[in-house]
Amino acid sequence: MTLFKLSSKELQEGLHNGEFKIADLTNEAFARIENLDNDVQAFLALNKEKATEQAAQMDQVPFEERGPLFGLPIGVKDNIVTEGLETTCASKILEGFMPIYDATVVKKLREAGMVTVGKLNMDEFAMGSSNENSAYKTTKNPWNLEHVPGGSSGASAASVAAGEVPFSLGSDTGGSIRQPAAYCGVVGMKPTYGRVSRFGLVAFASSLDQIGPITRNVYDNALLLEAIAGVDANDSTSADVPVPNYASKLNGDIKGLRIAVPKEYLGEGVNEEVKKSVLQALEVLKGLGATVEEVSLPHSKYALAAYYILSSSEASSNLSRFDGIRYGFRAEGVKNLMELYKETRSQGFGDEVKRRIMLGTYSLSAGTYDAYYKKAQQTRTLIKQDYDKVFENYDVIVGPTAPTAAFKVGQNIDDPMTMYANDILTIPINLAGVPAISIPCGFENGLPLGLQIIGKHFDEETIYRTAYAYEQATDFHTQTPQLWEGK
Amino acid sequence: MAKLSKEEVKHVAHLARLAITDEEAEKFADQLGKITDFAQTLNELDTTNVEPTSHVLPIVNVMREDVAQKGLDRDAMMQNVKEQVDGQVKVPPILED
Repeated sequence: MTLFKLSSKELQEGLHNGEFKIADLTNEAFARIENLDNDVQAFLALNKEKATEQAAQMDQVPFEERGPLFGLPIGVKDNIVTEGLETTCASKILEGFMPIYDATVVKKLREAGMVTVGKLNMDEFAMGSSNENSAYKTTKNPWNLEHVPGGSSGASAASVAAGEVPFSLGSDTGGSIRQPAAYCGVVGMKPTYGRVSRFGLVAFASSLDQIGPITRNVYDNALLLEAIAGVDANDSTSADVPVPNYASKLNGDIKGLRIAVPKEYLGEGVNEEVKKSVLQALEVLKGLGATVEEVSLPHSKYALAAYYILSSSEASSNLSRFDGIRYGFRAEGVKNLMELYKETRSQGFGDEVKRRIMLGTYSLSAGTYDAYYKKAQQTRTLIKQDYDKVFENYDVIVGPTAPTAAFKVGQNIDDPMTMYANDILTIPINLAGVPAISIPCGFENGLPLGLQIIGKHFDEETIYRTAYAYEQATDFHTQTPQLWEGK
Repeated sequence: MAKLSKEEVKHVAHLARLAITDEEAEKFADQLGKITDFAQTLNELDTTNVEPTSHVLPIVNVMREDVAQKGLDRDAMMQNVKEQVDGQVKVPPILED
């Protein structure tokens, strides 16, 4: 049993009542990591010394000066830069890289009084759906260690599911927060594109990337998004839109909510258990007073192809900065500058990253640009219009997060196309730029399943209200993996 | 058109500044060919007169006052540079010797 079974509210009550101190919470995180991480393999770097020091100082701060997240431990995905704490994007090419500033979200965590305990494993440069593409370790699913945690924010979800930390940050380019949240039975939100500053997030596909919160319940997720959201002078794509006080809007009331269910989301390729759990969830939502109607997002089946062209094209440009000159790994024994670039990059990047850089370079090169890149951008317009149209008449769209439960480690690693198909239900959301959450909605053979709730641009509030009402009516989020017992 | 030749893969690898062996070129030709084959499905769509979307939000120029601001500390920036001489980044010769 751990303190991290408690919600943020209960943790703050415990602090107020003197049952434990902030230092105890920090120690608990490091003790859990020591006990469990040999199995889960979530953390790449730990911030033990500074976190311990910070916690002791924070225990001196008067209660009336503390916010709802003050003193609570958090893990940060390793593509978010942290000053003085190694940041590698789980790539060999950034081995030993020590950032000299904090990402805006990390600055905001500090302002909220959260304690960063360490950096979380991922698929290299966020390219992958299983965490098997990390250059350092393969994170495991806490519900069954033979299965993957999903990806690319696999360790962000696994560390929360394992109760190593109660909060984490991930990033989502095509499903990288939601799919692992579904696989690990936790709550993961991809905010509207522009809602959270990307300053200090190592760019993969700049028009799709968003940072978002992963937690064990909806209320805590809403608190954390509120803490990290907002316009930022350092990110010209961050939107100047007011950030609501999400948590205060959660009352469990969704009477009259208009829910759309796209038939494409319950069609071919989606496994029967997943369909069943989503249909049951819709019954729960109906029971709470929502209306449910079937709609169509006719261009859904083109999203995967458009996504791989666009995200790889953007990646091929973004990852050109890794050249061995200014930071990270540098190849040795080369004759000239061209060889330095080529050797550094071919020794420093893993196969999946190389594959996508080449696909992107190819898509953008003379002779193929119109047929691939421009065609994909036009497809993106059609996909976005599908969503705009549905949202004229509905408040949220509901479906599964992933077509199956977590697959086995090693099962898809040699087959890029099968691996990519995991993201078929999450990718269109990034192309449309709308927000979406994954929350636990069932189990298949002891592995969690996720319900995806998609909202209008900048309407995370309605998503949270819907998710909270569902969570109050069910108990999936209260269940914990076997490995919690006795540790 | 979809199947990439080994030579095309090598050319793309050069553009992307990646060293590549014959064996790798063959493997990537096969894998990239499958992906580009799949990308052909987009040709089913009529996109005549459809504007391309590069960015979902209607953000145009973001301006600020033209006031000098302090940048990052130079010495701190040099901390991650592997090879340096007198505060300069050292690289191998650009031309073959």
